[in-house]
Order: sequence, then C-alpha cells, then structure tokens
Amino acid sequence: MALNSKIEELHERRKKLLMGGGEKAVEKQKALGKRTARERIMALLDADSFNEYDLFVEHDARDFDMDKKILASDGVITGTGTIYGAPVAIYAQDFTVAGGSLGLMHSRKITKIMDHALKMRMPLIGINDSGGARIQEGVNSLAGYGEIFFRNTLSSGVIPQISVILGPCAGGAVYSPALTDFVFVVDNISKMFITGPEVIKTVLGEEISMEELGGARIHSEISGNAHFFAEDEDECFEKIKKLITFIPWNNSRKARPFDPSEPNKEYDIEKIVPEEPALPYDVRDVIKSVIDNSDFFEIMERYARNIVIGFGRIKGKTTGFVANQPLEMAGVLDVDSSDKAARFIRYCNAFNIPIVTFVDLPGYMPGIDQEHSGVIRHGAKVLYAYSEATVPKITVILRKAYGGGYIAMGSRHLRADFVFAWPTAEIAVMGPEGAANIIFKKEIMSSDNPEETRKIKVEEYKEKFANPYVAASRGYVDAVIEPGETRKFLIHSITVSENKSIQMPVKKHGVPPF
Amino acid sequence: MRKFEDLDILNINSSLYKTRLTNKYKNRKPYKAVDPGLVLSFIPGTIIDILVEPGQIVKRDDLLIILDAMKMQNHIKCKVNGIVKSVLVNKGDRVPKGIVLLEIEQS
Repeated sequence: MALNSKIEELHERRKKLLMGGGEKAVEKQKALGKRTARERIMALLDADSFNEYDLFVEHDARDFDMDKKILASDGVITGTGTIYGAPVAIYAQDFTVAGGSLGLMHSRKITKIMDHALKMRMPLIGINDSGGARIQEGVNSLAGYGEIFFRNTLSSGVIPQISVILGPCAGGAVYSPALTDFVFVVDNISKMFITGPEVIKTVLGEEISMEELGGARIHSEISGNAHFFAEDEDECFEKIKKLITFIPWNNSRKARPFDPSEPNKEYDIEKIVPEEPALPYDVRDVIKSVIDNSDFFEIMERYARNIVIGFGRIKGKTTGFVANQPLEMAGVLDVDSSDKAARFIRYCNAFNIPIVTFVDLPGYMPGIDQEHSGVIRHGAKVLYAYSEATVPKITVILRKAYGGGYIAMGSRHLRADFVFAWPTAEIAVMGPEGAANIIFKKEIMSSDNPEETRKIKVEEYKEKFANPYVAASRGYVDAVIEPGETRKFLIHSITVSENKSIQMPVKKHGVPPF
Repeated sequence: MRKFEDLDILNINSSLYKTRLTNKYKNRKPYKAVDPGLVLSFIPGTIIDILVEPGQIVKRDDLLIILDAMKMQNHIKCKVNGIVKSVLVNKGDRVPKGIVLLEIEQS
C-alpha cells in the first residue's frame, strides 16, 4: 500500500537522523560522562512531553567539500515540551555531529525556536555543547551567533532564559549564555572561555589547562559567570527543574503558587543571630527560619559569598531573598557582591517576584584594590537596582546597618515598601568605634588616658545611636519587631502588597552603571 | 548558636569583625606606586625594534621600543624627560606582560 510505504519511508528517514553523529561519536560522548543531546532533553523534560521540530533541516554549505557531507539535523535538536507542566522551548547542541559546530542552518534552527519562545511567552532553555563556529561556513556562522545574541537581548526580561553548559562553549558562543538569566555548569564537563589554552600559549606563552581556565569551578567561584554548579548532569537537571518551579513563565505572570507550609523547627530564629555585632552567623539560617519548608534555593552560592541571593516561598509564594552574610568578609558590600545582588534584584523585578532583604553589614569594603576596581561604579548598581524595582520590597534590619550600606540595602529611601528592624538593629553612619574616634577625637587625644576615654566614648555612642529607635523616630523604620515575629510580618507584607502599583517616569530605558 | 571554624578578624572602620576571609582578599597584592621612569610591557609580545641606547637623552613622547603583539606593531613611547639608564631587553625577545623593558632616569 502506498500510504504504508510512505510512512515506512518517514520511519527510515527519522531513524537515520536520530542516530546523530553515529555510534562511534556517541561512544566518545559517553566516555566523557556526557549524555547525548537527545538524552539530555528527555532527562530534563516531563516524560513524553517533547515535540521535536526541524529534524530534517540540512546545511547548504558548498565550500571545502561540505557539499559531500550530511550532518544530522545540522547538529542541534530543537523543540518544545514541559517541566512539571510548565511549557518550555528547548534546544540542545549535538556534539556528536561535527562537534556541535554552529553553521548557518544550525543557528537558524536555534533562532526559530527562540522566536517561538518569545512569541508564545514561555521559558527558553539552551543546552550548549559545541566546538564553536563552523569554520567552513565563514561569516555565515558569525551571522548565526549574532542573530542568537540579538534574540537573547530581545527576550531578556520578557521570558526566563536558561543556559546549560554541557561541554565546550568557546569563543563567540559564550556570549549567548552571558546574555541569559541563569547559567548552569557541571564539574569536569563545562568549559567556557573566549580564547582557549592553545591561543593563550601561542600569544602569551602562558600554560593553563581548559579546566583551570574556564571549568565549572572557575566560573562558579572566581569569574561569577555561572549561577549553578552541579557535580554531574543528573544533579544539574534536577536544579534546572527546581528553578523552573520558582519562576513565572513570562513577565506578565507571577510564579505558580505552592501549597503553604511552615518552616522546619530546627531553624529557630531566636537562636541564630548573636547580639554582639562583631560575631558571625550564617544568614541562610535566618532565611530558612522564615520560609516554607526551610527550602532555600540559593543562586551563585560559591561566588561573592558575602552576599546571599536566592529563592524561597512565603505561604506558597515565590520570594527573592537578598541578605548580607556576616560569616564571609563580615558581609560587606564590595565589587563582586554588589554586582551579584544588583543583577538578582533586577531579575526579581522583571519577573514580578517580591524582594525580601535581610540587612547586617558594616558598609562598603574599604581598600585600595576595591577603589581601583571601581567599587563606586559597582556599588552604585545596588542603589540603582533597588531604586528602579517596583515589585514589593520588604527590608528587615537584623543588626548592623552602617553608612552607605544602610542606604543601599533596600532602605526606605530607595522606596522599600516595608522596613522592619529587630531590637538588635544598629542604624548609624558607621560602627561605634569608628564614629567615636572621629566625633570625640579632641577629647580622646587630650585625655590623660586616651584608651580609657575612647572606650567610654564608644559606649556613649553605642548607647545613643546603636539602636533602631532613632531611625524609627523619623519613620525610616516602620516597626521594631521581635525576631520571632519576622515570618508573620513578612507574610502580612507580601499579602497586602499583592496589588502594588506604581508608575515610574516614562523613558526608553535608564542608564545604569554597567 | 552555631559554632564556625576558619574565622579571622576583619577591621572595618576600627570595628573588628570575626568572619571568614576570601582567598581573593588574603592574596591581594600590596599597592605600589607606578614609577614613570620604568618602561613596562603593557601587553605580552615580541620586541621588534629598540630605538634608544643607554646614556641617550630622551624627551616625553620619544619612540623607545616597537612591541609586536596581537597582530599590531605597538609603539612604546617615553612618558618623562631624562636619560636612558638601562635597556633590559634585546631585539627579538618575547616578553610577558608587565616586565621592565627600559629604565629612564628622570631629569
């Protein structure tokens, strides 16, 4: 029968293409601890939810004998599917086909699914595993990258964009992930750099391995290019799925609510923060003590640890947390932590996620290296991000809020909707020691016992200013609350600000300090 | 209260905080003022030409060295008026970034 034979032909054609780069190439991929592109999509998406498009796309390159080569699906798999029922558009580069190299049709498949994601307002996930530009295709390959970067930018702040680096991602290819919201890397598998070890050796005479130059650890701990680190692909996919549960499908929605639940009893908010402002604690314990199930999904947990960012839920609703971490570098704001916090605040604002800020910092980091690296410009990003954010902003001052740090960390002056302070809060221009040295300089210098006088003056200053009541008397703090009341106040604030609506001045866009 | 290990002291505006320090902070290099008499390689590359010799009088903006790097012949010029004290590289040398190529005694 004619119909049967046509269907037979379809099966045959599919079968050939589904083999990707062939058995040998697949074996090689597996030997590196990597799944194939198609296996990755299946592992990530809900069972049987993947619809593949453009399986039959072929390249039409002529030069360098390319006309004699057939590249299955031109080295990239594209389609749509669901993750826990949420729609996603996805592409996965197939390293077994010509090293996942990007030619014109390969890039057109990607831009087609990107256009689709933007039009349908659904998240986009890109799995990168590619040797880079397909050199035989010349400028067409570069054009392809450019078209992808343009769409990443167009989609930014409209749909969530997630990049997963599961192999090499070198040269121009790195800029697509860099333009997206979240970058996932896997130990020993991910490699990202602009110029590889070979070029560095030729040009600079410096020797370095791929792993040391741009491995998963480097980008998670040192460069700050990656947001999530995983030991293997399985862990990576679990993290992506979890992230999807916290974020909305697009910028005109809110994240899907979960059933409310209580924090775990092991995190007792009364017993986390020492009263003495110079003693450390893990601020993540405070976050865990106020969120549902104490389930905190931390972002960039290995980079600029002096600030903590991530998602949690309050009565089932996704909330973004920004918190100074006294355990690391006393929780100061510096170049890296400012950059980390500011970008997250902008993400939350773009995607309708309320921001809760826990404040406990001695201020901005002093030092020549910080000044010379532009702590002014980077620190300004935090001010900008909080000021422009129109989502509900709730700030809780736990202990220290000194100087510029006080202003930057979601203060009333940057239009926080609710500012609460614990009785342990110290809101002042600087710490008592520094302040006393300046205000009482003459008295201390002219004293018979300068050390004793200094101590007395420090105590005097502490008594007067190291508390929340001066700020509360001006209305900069809305309420001084007991630590144990924090969750109750957060729930209430988020509930009453559900329909927050403010108009910002009309503009094309601002000019933030980046 | 939880106990924490690896704590150091960080001094911020005379207050002493017990906290962990990052490697980046611990490894930071002490600041050194730049001596304009030292001519440094601002990029790694190959010395193509040296246009001055020890004892020669030089002025601001005089061409000192041509350094080939990143497919570009970079002209390294004098930043001060003075006398060439020493030339520390030879024609054809490949140099890393940040090393002293020439010393000039300012007049």
